[in-house]
This record gives sequence, C-alpha cells and structure tokens, in this order.
Amino acid sequence: MRLFGVLFRLAWRNLWRNHRRTTIMLCAIAVGVWAMIFMTALTRGMVDQMIIEGIRTLPGHVQIHNPKFLDDPSISNPVSISAQQSFDDPEIVAWSSRVKVPAVISSERESRGITLLGIDPVAERHISFIKYDEVDGRFLVDSDDKGIVIGAKLANILETEIGKRVVIMSQDPDNDIADRGFRVVGLYTASTGAVEEAYAFVGRATVQKMLRIGNQTTEVVFVGDDYRDVEALYEVILDAVDDSVSVQRWYETNTYLGSMLNVMDGFVVVWIIVIFLALSFGLVNTLMMAVFERVREIGLMLALGMKPGSILGQILIESMLLLLIGLVAGNMLAWATVMSLQGGIDVSVVAEGLEMFGAASVLYPKLNVDDMILASKVVLVLGFLASLSPAWRASRYKPVEALAKVG
Amino acid sequence: MSAVRCVDLCKTYRQGDQDIKALDHVNLEITSGDFVCLSAPSGGGKTTLLNAIGGLDTPDSGEVYVAGQRIDNLSKSDLADLRLRKIGFVFQAYNLIPVLTARENIEFVMQVQGVPASERREKSLAILHEVGLETLEDRRPAKMSGGQQQRVAVARAIVSRPELVLADEPTANLDSKTAGELMELFTALNERHNSTFIIATHDQHIMTYAKRLIRMLDGRIVEDIDQRAA
Repeated sequence: MRLFGVLFRLAWRNLWRNHRRTTIMLCAIAVGVWAMIFMTALTRGMVDQMIIEGIRTLPGHVQIHNPKFLDDPSISNPVSISAQQSFDDPEIVAWSSRVKVPAVISSERESRGITLLGIDPVAERHISFIKYDEVDGRFLVDSDDKGIVIGAKLANILETEIGKRVVIMSQDPDNDIADRGFRVVGLYTASTGAVEEAYAFVGRATVQKMLRIGNQTTEVVFVGDDYRDVEALYEVILDAVDDSVSVQRWYETNTYLGSMLNVMDGFVVVWIIVIFLALSFGLVNTLMMAVFERVREIGLMLALGMKPGSILGQILIESMLLLLIGLVAGNMLAWATVMSLQGGIDVSVVAEGLEMFGAASVLYPKLNVDDMILASKVVLVLGFLASLSPAWRASRYKPVEALAKVG
Repeated sequence: MSAVRCVDLCKTYRQGDQDIKALDHVNLEITSGDFVCLSAPSGGGKTTLLNAIGGLDTPDSGEVYVAGQRIDNLSKSDLADLRLRKIGFVFQAYNLIPVLTARENIEFVMQVQGVPASERREKSLAILHEVGLETLEDRRPAKMSGGQQQRVAVARAIVSRPELVLADEPTANLDSKTAGELMELFTALNERHNSTFIIATHDQHIMTYAKRLIRMLDGRIVEDIDQRAA
C-alpha cells in the first residue's frame, strides 16, 4: 500500500502522456459502455412494456382457475369460487372474477373467432388495459350491461360500428350452442392491433345468463404492486383458497411473457460481453503499445529497485483508470440519452414487425441501475483480466535487457 | 573495509556463432569510500562487470560481494532490495522517468523505500541544492539539458546515501565542459558523503578524476593503477 501513491501518480501521468491515443481509447470505451447501457435500456423498456401490457391485457399478476381450465379453456371448467366471494389483503391491489370463453362474433358482413370476456367493469377498472374514459362510445357500466365493447380493429374487420348489433355465439356447459345479440356500445384501442382483434368485453351477469352458468366464472385475477415480485401475493392467494383450484403466477399463465423476461436478462449479459470483447482488443493494444514504448523506463525502475509486482500494479492501475474514466463518461452519456428520450421513440415505421412480438410502436427506454452496475462490473472485471497480459509482460523484463533496448 | 569484492568472475555471451568472453576470471576488491574508474574500449567488459556488481546481471561463475554480502546467488526479489537500499545508479542515458519532475525523480527511490513524505521532500530539496539545481525542482526531464538531467540522476543515486554508486558512462552524451562539471560533482560527493563510486568510461579525461584506475581488455583486468600515488 505504501507504494500505491507513486504507482498511481506514474499510472495517471503515463495515461496522459499520449493524449491522442488515450482520448481515442476513452471515446471507444465511453461509446461502448453507452451502447451497452442504452441498448439494454431500450430493450428493457420494450420488454417491460410488452410484459406490462400483456399482464394488463388479461393475466394480472396471479390467477385462479379450475385445474383443467388451462388445458381446456371452456365454460365446462369453471372455477369453484363464487363471483360473490371477496378477497381482502394488503398485498392485493385489485382483483376481479371473469367469465372467459372462446366465442364467434358475427356482424352482418363478417365473422371472427374471439375471446369473450364477461367482466364486472367496476372491479376491472383497476386491472384492465382499457382506459374507460378513452373508449370511443362508452365502456360497460355494470355487470348487467347488455352492450358489448370491441376493439377498433375488430370493428373494422367486421365492418361494424357503434350502435350496430353483433351476434356472439359460444357453447354452454352441456356443449349446446349459446348465443345472443349485443349492441356495440364502445370501441377500445390497445397498444397492438392483435389485442384489439382478439378480445370483446361484455357484462359478466349478461354472459352468465347467455351461457346458463348461474354465478360461475372461469377465472379470478389479482394484481399486486410489482409484476417482478409476485411471490407474496401468490402466497396470500394460495392461503385463501383450497385445493380444488389452481393458482398461477402471471409467468406461468403466459409462458411467452415469462420466458421473455428470462431471455431479456440473458440477452443483457450476452450483449454487454460482446461489446466488451470488441473493446478489449483496443484496450490490450493500447496497453501493449504503452508498455512497448516504455521498455527502457520499466528497465530503469527495475534497476532502481522497484519489484516486478509494482510494475505489474502500475500497468493495471493505468488500465483501471482508463476503464473507470471511460465507464463514468459512458454511464453519463447513456443516462443523458435515456433522459432525453423519456417521451418515447417513435418506431411506427417498423410497427408491424414489432407487433409480432407484442411490442408497441413507441418505445420507452428504461434505465435500470442494476444494468449500469452490471455493465460497469463486466467492463472492470474483464478489463482487469485483459490487462493482465501486457502488465505481466512488462513486469517480466530483465532490467539489463530492458535498459539496452533501442528506443 | 571492502565495498566490493569479485572472485574469479566469468561471463560469456553468445553472438551469432561466436562466444564472447565479457568477463574472464576477474578478481577485484574495492575499498569503501574509493573513487574508481573502470576503463575499457567498447566490448571490453566494463559494463558487464558493473552490471554484475550492481546485481543487474548474474555471472556464469564466480562470486560477487557488496558490503560483505554475497549477491550473485540472491533471488530477483532480494537483488531488487539490494539495489534499492545499497546501490545508486547513474546510466549513460534515459536516466530519469519522463513523467516525474526533477524532485519527484529524486524522491522516487526513497518513495519505493518507504521514506516518509516530509523526510523525502527535505532530503530531495537539500540534494537539489547540492547539485545546483534548486530552481528546477518542478521541471520535467524533457525541459532540462543533458547535463541537468545527469545531475538529477546523480542526486537520485546519492540521496539515500547508498554504500555504492555505479555510473555507466555517465558523461558519454555530454559536452566536455558539462562532463567536467559532472565529474567535479562526483568527486565532491565522494569526499563529502564517503560513498564508494565506480565509474565505467573510455574517456581519458574522465579517468583523471579517479583515485584508482582499472583498465580492462577482452573481459580481463589488465592494469590497476592507484592514481593518488601518481
């Protein structure tokens, strides 16, 4: 430690000995770190948006079903919890019970397969992705509402509009046709056309009558504080119900979204390492050049009694300083970029492609402190390892040979 | 007391197909406080002998003693310690660390030795005054003349009072006036601090400053003259 002062001073001054080379290398590190963090923030924002939208679209954070419902999502497998049962716990932010069945919707011109959702609009308000006030026309008023709210895109496909009637056809528990006419009272918009095309909302009591199922529902949905941490909520629900129902977390219900989160975490690490590998060539080259240019000096220091370990330390400190400055600059640059893009990035030009993955046409980069720390750790740890070779080489010089090198 | 003792030193280098005997059974004893010039034509073995005495190179055979301690069988780490604490070096060129100022260069060895900052500063300023460079303490080597750089190197070599100062052609890159001034400084420091000086040179004028002149040829000592008697 007593030598750290002189090693640090030598490393710092040697770093700025060749301003141009150091500046270029710092720019490369800063841009690399910026790319690591910004691209991660962009992807993180996109996936976050997809998951949040996906969760809001239907699954909530935790769901209750009949154990057979996941294999056969029909009214034949109702959940054995009455719509009148209530749940009360601080972990539960909102909950709602639904009737969710496959159905066919027909206008006078077109028919389409959809998922019909019988909901209680009051309970659903805090769960649904639909902003009731922004619905064209009106949203459902209560569970007995006789109207139907469909997506704007579905209305377009069916060539129908507000005020017109559509027919919903499904199956009752005895597999008999159950149908009913509904008047379109509202058109909702969603972040993706696929959602607008897939879901139609009707009053829960109305659809229960249509399907002749009394008070039965097919799922109960719960929302907690954070979709990333649903364990506490899951435990509360598990304690509140018996074995006759199956309780699932959102990522078990929607495995696509669940795997998306895992893929994202893996992608972040791979992305950071790939960029670092590109950077490491520049770093090692810079250090090799710096060592090669200073062979005589290193020989002199060894001759004067400095130990090889101190030479090794000096080169490593130099490398760490270079990386630290580049990291600070890169982190600040990434932070500034993400802050300036808080209004979102309009990528509507490739919206159709993004829609395939369930992503919206406006991306909101999400800066995650953990990602910044991860990028910094990877750069420092791998940078340290990459620097070992030139540093080791410098420390192995024999003083008499190094002093004799022709500069 | 013996500052340096070499017993039957041999060192052979391979150059192409030829073996060059840089040291050929060299026996030598230098007493403490002496001022010795090693003289030889290029390739005569003076630098090899100096490097062996300074622990920078190891002989093929024979023994080297510095201040009574045998050094030819020491580990690299122990040799580094020996150079740090007992020997001061002045080389022909590239003597200073370019990114450090004159004072920092002088303090470098003391800093590696672990001397406290206040003591380092006090000693470095005193030695800078002694070598006549007190106004250049914050100047970096690139902003100093060759003579000034060598004076700083001498100051660094002597500042921690080593038992032995080894100088390998310290005046080779200097004009005759500056070389003379540097030799005056060497002799003054030798008398004042009683350190042992061994200077390798092939400059006849420089040899006149030495108390003892050792001539080498083809790796052998061919003449050993006590110039005080002359």
